[in-house]
Amino acid sequence: MTVTVRLFASYAERLGHSSLRIELSAGSRVKDAVTSLRNMPGGSMLPPTPLVAINRGYASPDSALSEGDELAVIPPVAGG
Amino acid sequence: MRAAIVHAPIDPAALIAEVAHETNGATSVFLGTVRSDNDGKDVTGIEYSAYDEMAETEMAAILEEARSAFAVEHAVVEHCVGTLAVGDISIAVVVATPHRAASLSAVQYIVEEVKGRAPIWKLEHYVDGTRGWVGAGSREAAR
Repeated sequence: MTVTVRLFASYAERLGHSSLRIELSAGSRVKDAVTSLRNMPGGSMLPPTPLVAINRGYASPDSALSEGDELAVIPPVAGG
Repeated sequence: MRAAIVHAPIDPAALIAEVAHETNGATSVFLGTVRSDNDGKDVTGIEYSAYDEMAETEMAAILEEARSAFAVEHAVVEHCVGTLAVGDISIAVVVATPHRAASLSAVQYIVEEVKGRAPIWKLEHYVDGTRGWVGAGSREAAR
């Protein structure tokens, strides 16, 4: 299945992408996507369990992914 | 009730007018502005970015929480993204209620929750030409 990954701030800067599509096997979870991202160039700076959101709602490492999901990997927030 | 990520300067007077209602006797305003220094480094400005759609959803949820907790019916939060200079307004929270206790408490609640939950980031620019991402009490040098 294909998942769209959104990256922001320092994560986007280090991986060189703000949006990319990754292929995962059926039944994959957030932690599988994160492992895939951490194996990309620059990806080692991602924490093993970063803050994530699926389709704009916060999710956990064990959350299941589905075809077409938007997975956001969220650096420590700093609004205000 | 309205929550928005904005790409233009925030106008506090417009927000105060937006929450005005004849049943309200108290209007509380919080404005966050860019400081000239942070942790001992001289700051020239901050570049704010956001996951716009989710930040607006999260801020709207926070306003609904404030509605439940403090019986707030008139509130607005705007967070600015883009490059801001020292003194510019980065966030405004305006709450109007019948009595002051609710508006004061709601403003504090909304500000703290937005800072802790909304997916918004800041890249500080320093006088010495360096930049640094700020978040979760730490600073990371930008590349």
